Amino acid sequence: MGDTNTATAAAPSANNDDHLIEIIGMHKWYGDFHVLKNINLNVKKGERIVICGPSGSGKSTMIRCINRLEEHQKGQIIVDGIELTNDLKQIDAIRREVGMVFQHFNLFPHLTVLENCTLGPIWVRQTPKAEAEATAMEYLSKVKIPEQANKYPGQLSGGQQQRVAIARSLCMNPRIMLFDEPTSALDPEMIKEVLDTMIELAETGMTMLCVTHEMGFAKTVADRVIFMDGGEVIESNEPHAFFENPQHDRTKLFLSQILGH
Amino acid sequence: MSEVQSYAPGTHPDMEAPVGQRGIMLWLRTNLFSSWANTLMTLVGIYLLYKIIPPLLHWVVLDSVLNANNREECQALGTGACWAFIKDRYKILIYGFYPIEERWRVNLSFVLLIFALIPILFDHVAMRKPWLIFSGIFPFIAAWLLLGGFGLAHVGTDEFGGMMLNTVVGVTGIAFSLPLGILLALGRKSHLPIVKSISVCFIEFIRGVPLITLLFVASTMLNYFLPPGTTFDLLLRVLIMVTLFSSAYIAEVVRGGLQAIPKGQYEAADSMGLKYWQSMRLIVLPQALKISIPGIVNTFIGLFKDTTLVLIIGLLDVLGVGRSALADAQWNGLAYEVYVSIALFFFVCCFSMSRYSIYLEGKLDKGYKR
Repeated sequence: MGDTNTATAAAPSANNDDHLIEIIGMHKWYGDFHVLKNINLNVKKGERIVICGPSGSGKSTMIRCINRLEEHQKGQIIVDGIELTNDLKQIDAIRREVGMVFQHFNLFPHLTVLENCTLGPIWVRQTPKAEAEATAMEYLSKVKIPEQANKYPGQLSGGQQQRVAIARSLCMNPRIMLFDEPTSALDPEMIKEVLDTMIELAETGMTMLCVTHEMGFAKTVADRVIFMDGGEVIESNEPHAFFENPQHDRTKLFLSQILGH
Repeated sequence: MSEVQSYAPGTHPDMEAPVGQRGIMLWLRTNLFSSWANTLMTLVGIYLLYKIIPPLLHWVVLDSVLNANNREECQALGTGACWAFIKDRYKILIYGFYPIEERWRVNLSFVLLIFALIPILFDHVAMRKPWLIFSGIFPFIAAWLLLGGFGLAHVGTDEFGGMMLNTVVGVTGIAFSLPLGILLALGRKSHLPIVKSISVCFIEFIRGVPLITLLFVASTMLNYFLPPGTTFDLLLRVLIMVTLFSSAYIAEVVRGGLQAIPKGQYEAADSMGLKYWQSMRLIVLPQALKISIPGIVNTFIGLFKDTTLVLIIGLLDVLGVGRSALADAQWNGLAYEVYVSIALFFFVCCFSMSRYSIYLEGKLDKGYKR
């Protein structure tokens, strides 16, 4: 699979210090079903990666393995120097550093927007409440909804909820952000506000892995686009080359299907 | 009527709806006389109320007797209920055979119980935190007050009786079965095989056995298993059995609530790095318990009424002392008055629980309705 590596990935593997995420020969099965096959992926600090592919290709499963929402059965995942094993301490250590934004937002409906944002810092990082609230308001301002702080998630629109979810993750001060189809559940007019938030986040130098079908976002923001199909990484390239000159037939077919209309 | 008025677009005033489409007429029409079948049922209903309410009113109030010394006097004074009997015996219905000079302790415990419940039931009270600490130590205060020792005269649990006994069993059962039931529900959903199988076996066994059987086990069979000479208070055994019994039901009700929490909530809590107990306490249980309120209160109401079953193993609860009062030669045969009073006691307690549950649902529903 490594034949399409670009200049950005050409650094020798001996220099692993700046790799925030290393996935080496990772496999995953659901029962007898082989969902992920020999995944190898290195993510450098500050790198922004977009993962695309047809539904069922394993792209969500792959990023969910990175913070152990799914367990892999073979291979290694090393996040920020910590290897993911069954050791709960290590899993918690990794989860503290990895923020995740979900397709269906998964905000806590019984807590206000502000409480959603301060819960993690207060209970996981033992931040004093006042400090956590100040940080939360700062991030809510960055996602442009500070005025909604005392509302409940159910009172917000989908786009607003997803921006709260992004702010909630950022309040934990993560080193890596995972996005699992963040705009797929949104009405078209709300997709832009969420993508704008993500673009601003990318500009701050955050390391991001994003599963999305938003190819415009991939073109403007991504350092690398990864195409997955059938549980394998088929192609990995910088966006210009990926869209202009796809190497594999399956990539060409996929691109023609989603860009062709 | 037929005059046609025209308005420029956007200037049409609001008008009153026609008669029959508003107010009481509309209510009557839609609720009582919407079809010929409904009209018929309304008329039958009115007739039944006419037949039931006046005699009931006569029996309970108009023809009842409040002051008399025995049944004959009662019957001479009026044809209705002989409340004089209840007036004569209400103390035994409330306190059972608790020593007369010590009954203030029961009263004080009851007042403190209400006081301890306030911060638990209502969250917008001043100084809730220190108040809750009092609620936490209330069980020990109540046990000391009711049982005696440390300066108070000792009262054996065999002297407990009447409504006081039902309240002790009911409140203890409710207070301990909720946390135990929640733990069992979480245990049943646990990924740890031993915890899970213990929870499943416990719940299925307890639910599969009638409460009476468990009470018989408590009153007789435990003596076989315990080393000879150990005494183990009968009331304590009953309290344990009632708590275990009700906790199995609570566990299933709470499990129903847990099932309703979307997987995404667990994932969001996990991905944040919350530990298991943190995510349960902060994220999952607040939502699951809210959904489970009707079922939990339903179980509590059932538990409270089931406290009368202790009669069968020889504890004199309100039903037991009521029956003993009925055996009195002076007041022979006044079963209606006794049972109506007891029914009223249970109804007031259970209806209060029901109203509280509706209040709580309404309160928790605010804010995040979608």
